[in-house]
Amino acid sequence: MTEWFQSTFLGYGFGWFVATTILILLIALPLMLAVAMIIYADRKIWAAMALRRGPNVVGPLGLLQSFADGLKVFLQETIIPSAANRGLFLLAPIVTFTVAQIVWAVIPFGPKMVLADINVGLLYILAASSLGVYGVIISGWASNSKYPFYSALRAAAQMVSYEVSIGFVLISVVLWADSFNLSKIVEAQQGAGILPFLNGFGFNPLLFPMAIVFLISALAETARAPFDLTEAESELVAGYQTEYSSMSFALFWLGEYANVILMCALNAILFWGGWLPPVDWAPVYAVPGILWFFGKILVFFFIFSWIKATVPRFRYDQLMRLGWKVFLPISLLWVFLVSGYLMLTRYAA
Amino acid sequence: MIQVFAFYLFAALVILSGALVIFSRNPVHSVLWLILAFFNAAGLMVLVGAEFIAMLLVIVYVGAVAVLFLFVVMMLDIDFAELRSGLTRYGLFGALIAMVLVGEMIIAEGAWSAGAIQLAQRAAPVSADMPNIEAMGALIYSRYLYVFEAAGLVLLVAMIGAIVLTHRERRDTRPQNISQQVRRRPQDAVRNTNPPVGQGVEL
Repeated sequence: MTEWFQSTFLGYGFGWFVATTILILLIALPLMLAVAMIIYADRKIWAAMALRRGPNVVGPLGLLQSFADGLKVFLQETIIPSAANRGLFLLAPIVTFTVAQIVWAVIPFGPKMVLADINVGLLYILAASSLGVYGVIISGWASNSKYPFYSALRAAAQMVSYEVSIGFVLISVVLWADSFNLSKIVEAQQGAGILPFLNGFGFNPLLFPMAIVFLISALAETARAPFDLTEAESELVAGYQTEYSSMSFALFWLGEYANVILMCALNAILFWGGWLPPVDWAPVYAVPGILWFFGKILVFFFIFSWIKATVPRFRYDQLMRLGWKVFLPISLLWVFLVSGYLMLTRYAA
Repeated sequence: MIQVFAFYLFAALVILSGALVIFSRNPVHSVLWLILAFFNAAGLMVLVGAEFIAMLLVIVYVGAVAVLFLFVVMMLDIDFAELRSGLTRYGLFGALIAMVLVGEMIIAEGAWSAGAIQLAQRAAPVSADMPNIEAMGALIYSRYLYVFEAAGLVLLVAMIGAIVLTHRERRDTRPQNISQQVRRRPQDAVRNTNPPVGQGVEL
């Protein structure tokens, strides 16, 4: 598409600019729509597991509930606490929202369907997702209120802790795929299962434990239940969002769910074959890759909601214990095992 | 053209945010300006084609170091007036370091423009078609393997040293033993008795 725009009257530089802007909008706008629908799905799944009905008033089956909520929030007044640090208080939700969006630049939706096909794609994701914690810390400090502050401290410690084991999980995937480029990681998964017709590192018994560690660490990284200590409503009111109202609150909400979808997408890309169908069989390749990818995202989102509806919240010291004393040694050991295995087989020459 | 524009944008923002780190009145603001400076430095790295270093700069400094920094600074109760008075005491020393750095930069620029450095004959010539990460890996794990391992060893010693220095054994706490708790079964904890009237149970 970029080439087509560059060949028109726009010229090389400006054509690139127009094409890239359109591609960004093609990712960002459906993403926001997806966030609205995924919030609805989350509430419906949660309700079904609690034997409730969930949202069912606005629109058919309550499908328009998220849009009604969005409109309501949009019309509210933005309240800034008088003791708050005004500039940073307003900056924090913008940081959260922006960071949740920029990560999608390197996500491959299908073969060649990626905005920025960069060599260090996985590192870019790691870098951008480590920025997500700033929105929480800044909002907690700038609110000048004790519950948001507690929440900010918890978030900082939690995200830094789990990023360590996520980093080691990513290293074992990168070792196996031989690249940091997400498209190449997906392509390397073709026939990578224990049986040659299975697509995905998750089907490999050596990498499967890492898929589980990554799934749980992803829950902790996005502060979803059972690791939602940053907004534990029984202890901290609403955590770092306590003092926020109106659109500044909505930006947190949108950013948080965009991050959740991102982690589902990363689970699919890193371990379950991304846009590839689960089995390496010619007829299933007739289904477009993007549909497989979206299907996998939805499966993981269902697992996330399922966990949220059924698992009780961790205590803070148990959360830290799991991160540092269980996941870190396991993932370190696995980096050792995976690299040793590859050393003895693939690079034995 | 766009590279030139980006370079001056990033460079100007690095200098500006670096200055604001020193001059902002609030230490939390200082840390946030520092983060902006790191970011723009990463942007400069991308411009010279060192995308791996740029990402590491963001992951390590912005994602980990600055978070801990912010964590500590947020919790400190800092007396701003006292902090201000320190400026005159350390100002001279800081100016001295700045002058040394400027001098070194001038020497480096002079050596560069004197033409003694041949880019193609460097210890590690850069090949354009090799990704950053592979180029660095090929060097670190072959030519500089022992130096690299030694650096890792130094960090390990530093880490153990920090733990030894700050760890204190507390005997008055009773931490839970998770495996013991999981292993515990109802028959270990519950006893069914049928005590005779008026005698009660021996615990």
